[in-house]
Amino acid sequence: MLTCLCDSFYGEAGIATVRVLEHAGCEVIFDNDQTCCGQPPFNSGDWSAARLSAGHLMRTVLSHGDPVVTPSASCAAMVRECYPILYSDMAHPKVYELGEYLVQHLRMKSWPVTVKQKPKPVKVAFHTSCHGRGIGLRGEQQQLVASLPWVELVPFEQGDQCCGFGGAFAATHGSISAGIGMEKLKNIKDSGADIIVGGDMGCLMQLNGLITRHKMDLEVRHFSQLLAEAIEP
Amino acid sequence: MNRPSVEKFARKLPEETTNSVRSASVAKTGARTVALSEAFDDLGAARTQAAQIKDFVLDNLPNLLPQLELKCSLNGIEVHWAKDAAAANKIILDICKTNAPDGGVVVKAKSMATEEIHLNKYLIKAGYEVVETDLGEFVIQIDNDTPSHIVTPIIHKTRKQVAKSFEREGLGPYTEVPTELAQQARNHLRDKFRQAKIGISGINFAIAESGRLVLVENEGNNRLCTTAPDVHIAIMGLEKVLPNETDLPLFLKLLAGSATGQRMTTYVHMVSGPRRRDEKDGPKEVHLVILDNGRTNILNGPYREILRCIRCGACLNVCPVYRQVSGHAYKHVYSGPLGAVLGPALEGIEKLPDLAKASTLCGACEEVCPVKIPIPRMLLQLRDEAVRKGLIKEAIPWSIFAMGTTSGFRWRMGLKLLPMAGLARHPAKAGWEEFKDLPKKEGRDFRKWWNARS
Repeated sequence: MLTCLCDSFYGEAGIATVRVLEHAGCEVIFDNDQTCCGQPPFNSGDWSAARLSAGHLMRTVLSHGDPVVTPSASCAAMVRECYPILYSDMAHPKVYELGEYLVQHLRMKSWPVTVKQKPKPVKVAFHTSCHGRGIGLRGEQQQLVASLPWVELVPFEQGDQCCGFGGAFAATHGSISAGIGMEKLKNIKDSGADIIVGGDMGCLMQLNGLITRHKMDLEVRHFSQLLAEAIEP
Repeated sequence: MNRPSVEKFARKLPEETTNSVRSASVAKTGARTVALSEAFDDLGAARTQAAQIKDFVLDNLPNLLPQLELKCSLNGIEVHWAKDAAAANKIILDICKTNAPDGGVVVKAKSMATEEIHLNKYLIKAGYEVVETDLGEFVIQIDNDTPSHIVTPIIHKTRKQVAKSFEREGLGPYTEVPTELAQQARNHLRDKFRQAKIGISGINFAIAESGRLVLVENEGNNRLCTTAPDVHIAIMGLEKVLPNETDLPLFLKLLAGSATGQRMTTYVHMVSGPRRRDEKDGPKEVHLVILDNGRTNILNGPYREILRCIRCGACLNVCPVYRQVSGHAYKHVYSGPLGAVLGPALEGIEKLPDLAKASTLCGACEEVCPVKIPIPRMLLQLRDEAVRKGLIKEAIPWSIFAMGTTSGFRWRMGLKLLPMAGLARHPAKAGWEEFKDLPKKEGRDFRKWWNARS
């Protein structure tokens, strides 16, 4: 399941996700008719609009019957945890976040590196998304990224705190959202990290918007992109 | 754009306040983690057990409250029932009038229930000199301010600000040394305790089985409020009852750890009634006011679990939004994630329609809650209720968005038109762009790549 943000702005994270899954031995199906999981209207309180989006996802992506993997804990949380709120008789759909699927279901402990020309060493601040904690991730994404020999994960203060995105919140509560995000960026900067890696493009879009606005010397990457770089093309 | 109330407040907040609230909140969250990990081998199990006990209480109020009343009266505590704030205020004033007909000093221990019913204002208007004796609440009172946190009411103030207030009130020579400031307040308050005929407090727990009122504190002022004056009036929300004394160790440890990062508070008071015949001190009368004020309505609605709350304030401390904006932003006695649910639940969503939106839904509140209240889920339900009732107008027309998501064709068309949206004006876009750069399409397009492959 591609996410709205990978569909609209961050295609590379979607491409990397497919390459990562294939490298892990999966056959990947992409439903060309998939759209959005409905989280934006759901979180805004427009649940009838959210049911329209959810209905479409159930008719398309969820109807194949295969495990659904998505490069976003946020979208996984929406389908798995919130669809049963929208439809009270619904069982939790089998939708997995990418790192969760690789580690918990495919039992990968480290990432198999095949690339011949190793990337440069890099210090990574790993941003764990709140929805990742929400669906019960226990550092699966970090574990895979940390297994890359050229990556050093650096801890930073208040690592678990939210990035301040919160969907529409980032626009309706702009100053608060930016305040939370800047706090995170300051802590990351203090850690000496070169790049911020995360598993949700929503968080990374929020942080990147602040990074470029304040011309900070940082960049953001989806963790699938780091894993994909380790695969010989 | 018509800004939501919390955002509006945040824009006017001095950076000094944000820094003060943030650093204190971060420190308290850290202390909580240490204290609770020392107090419990299995914190998750302890929280689950506490949640189950509170759910049992909420399921059995019709039995537990009469039991509490009976046991209290056997202990000599007179129980009063108040259906709302006005009734509670009147009950308390009547007790004051009976025992101190000429007015005089009323000393108060910290109590959010009295904040909720605006008791101070009411008693002052009736001619009483109401004195807050909790150090934080005392500062709030002399500054004519309101608490910005349910446990640490002056979290939004700096030491310098407190020093200036004390100097202004003539409490002593200017000092910024915390122990000296505390001593000045202590000297001032000691006289008030001597003069007071009435002491008013909240409670933390009331035990149905034994009719005992349990109060925790760190300053010792609660002990004076509840024992020095001839009359002690305690007020509690009706959900604060616990079935058994054996429930206490769990709740005392959870509360102290969650609220202040302590293994146990400095004082734990068990009030078992007025002074006995063979006793030399203690109040001659103890009254307990049991307050409803909207709680039974909550009990029968979708926000029922918020009544599990034991007022530890951990959800405020951990909340990234609270850390930015302080409690005053919520414009309600109860602030932070707790207040964003309890406020509208108590007073009706019509009065506070946009509070639930002042959250990123990060879930940290639920993760630290000692009684596992599903706050994010309730914030979502409040948003749903506000939208259904037409109380908030959405900047983004979600029904149109949703129509776009019900067809692969329309969605793909929309994606093609997206670059043009960069030119359009939109309040949501403006809200984002004010503080952050808009996202740009980066690298390859997924669908093009996928289609070229197959």
